[in-house]
Amino acid sequence: MAKIIVVTSGKGGVGKTTSSAAIGTGLALRGHKTVVIDFDVGLRNLDLIMNCERRVVYDFINVVNNEATLNQALIKDKRVETLYILPASQTRDKDALTREGVEKVLIELAETFEYIVCDSPAGIEKGALMALYFADEAVVVTNPEVSSVRDSDRIIGILHSKSRRAETGQEPIKEHLLLTRYDPERVELGEMLGVKDVQDILAIPLLGVIPESEAVLKCSNQGIPVILESQSDAGQAYEDAVSRLLGDERPMRFLTAPKKGFFKRMFGG
Amino acid sequence: MSSPATSKASDCFRLKGSMFTLSMIELIHYSAIEFSNQLSRTVNQAPRFFQQMPVVISLEHLADDSTPDFKEIIEICRSLKVNPVGIRGGSDAMVENAFTAGLPSMGSVTPSPSPQRAQTSSPQPAAVEPSLVPARIIDRPVRSGQQIYARNTSLIVLAPVSAGAELLADGDIHVYAPLRGRALAGINGNTQARIFCNALEAELLSIAGQYKLSEDLQHSELWKQSVQAMLEDESKLQLSPLSLS
Repeated sequence: MAKIIVVTSGKGGVGKTTSSAAIGTGLALRGHKTVVIDFDVGLRNLDLIMNCERRVVYDFINVVNNEATLNQALIKDKRVETLYILPASQTRDKDALTREGVEKVLIELAETFEYIVCDSPAGIEKGALMALYFADEAVVVTNPEVSSVRDSDRIIGILHSKSRRAETGQEPIKEHLLLTRYDPERVELGEMLGVKDVQDILAIPLLGVIPESEAVLKCSNQGIPVILESQSDAGQAYEDAVSRLLGDERPMRFLTAPKKGFFKRMFGG
Repeated sequence: MSSPATSKASDCFRLKGSMFTLSMIELIHYSAIEFSNQLSRTVNQAPRFFQQMPVVISLEHLADDSTPDFKEIIEICRSLKVNPVGIRGGSDAMVENAFTAGLPSMGSVTPSPSPQRAQTSSPQPAAVEPSLVPARIIDRPVRSGQQIYARNTSLIVLAPVSAGAELLADGDIHVYAPLRGRALAGINGNTQARIFCNALEAELLSIAGQYKLSEDLQHSELWKQSVQAMLEDESKLQLSPLSLS
C-alpha cells in the first residue's frame, strides 16, 4: 500500500517545494519507487526545482480530466532511477482540482508507487485542502518566525478536521515538523525562534532542522534537489530527515552555530 | 455508488426526518433599539461563533399583547449575520405575523414530564433540579483558527491552546496547559463562571462579557503563571495566582 505524504505549511515561501523535491529524491535514492505531485496548479514550480520543465507535455489536470493517461503525464527523473514527477498545470487554477479526480489519480498511482509526495500550495484554500485530504502523513514545513509558526498551527488544525482520515474517523494523520531556514547564530542572538520555542507552540514530533544554507538557492536555480548535494549542510540535514521519516533514529545536527576559526574571526565570516 | 432499493434512480430527492440542535433567542420584551443593541453586543463577544448561525426566536416569555415586528427582527439579525429560521410559542396573532414575515412556527412547548423521568422513581419527584451536563473534555491541542464551544457546561482542555484559537463555554474553562488563544467563559451571562489555566499567555480572557486583552495581561506578574480569573462584584475581571504557596 502506497504511503501518501503531504508537504504543507499554510504560509508561502517557507520551503515546501524544496522540501518536497528533497524528500521525494531522498526516498527514491533509498530504492523506494516515489512520485512527487505538484498541487500548485497555476503556479507550477516543482518542475523547475527538479529540472524537468522542458519535458512537461501533459500534467496533473490533464489526468484528472481524462485528457491524458497517467503514464503520459508522469516524468521520469534523469538522475534517480525510481523517481517520478507529476507536474501541475500552469494554465489552469485550483478549481480544476476535484476530490474525485484527485482520488482517482492517487488510487492509480498507489498501484505502482510506494511513496506519493504531495507538494501543497500555500494557503488554506482548495489547492491546499486537496493536497492534504488523502494524506497518511504530513510534513509541516515551518520557518523559525512567528507568522510561519501560526500558519503551521492553523494547517495542523485543518489536518485534524478536514482530512479524509479525520472525516472518516480513522487514525489521525501522522504529523512531522520540519524546521527550515534555521540560523543557529541568529537564534543565539535572540533574533529568531529556537527549535524549542517552535516545538512548544506546535507540539508535534520534530522530523528535522534544515539550516539556512547558500546551497539551497544555488540548487534551486540549477534544478538540483538539494539532497543530492551531499557535501552541503542542508543536503545532509534533509538526508537525516528522510531517514527519520523511514523510522531511523538520527541525532539532530546543525543546531548550534559553527565555531568561527581564527581567520574568520579576524577577517569576518 | 449503490443506492438503497427504495429510491429510484430517477428521483431527485428523498424526504427524510431529522433533528437539529438550534440556538434560541428568547424574547423577554421587545423594542427594536434594545434588541439590536443587545444582539450586537452578544455577537461581538464571539463573532466567529455567531457567523451565519441559524436561530429560533422564542416568544414564550413575551406578553401576549406585545406586537414584535418580525420583519424588523429578521433585518436586525441578518445585519449581524445571524439567521432566524423560525419562531416558537407566541399568541396566534404573533404566529400569523411571523409567518407572513417568513418565519414559520416550530410549535410551542407545553411542559410535559419526560417519559424517562416518570419511570425512575426519584426520592424527590417534585424538585426540578438541573440535570448534570458533563463537562466537555478536549485532550488534543486546540490550533489556531479552531473554535470549541461547551454548550450549557464547562470546558476542560488538557493540551495547549494556540494563539488564534477560541474557547467558549457557558460554564467554566479549565486549561491544563499553556493558554495562548482566547477564552470566553459564561458567554450566556453566567457571572459566576471562572477561567483556570496552567500558563496564562492568552490573547483575551472574558467572563460574561467582561474581558481583558493580552495587552493588559502581559505586564501583569501573573503572565505565564498558573492563574484563575473570575468576576468581582459581577463586573470586574480579577486574576489571582493558582499556586498554593
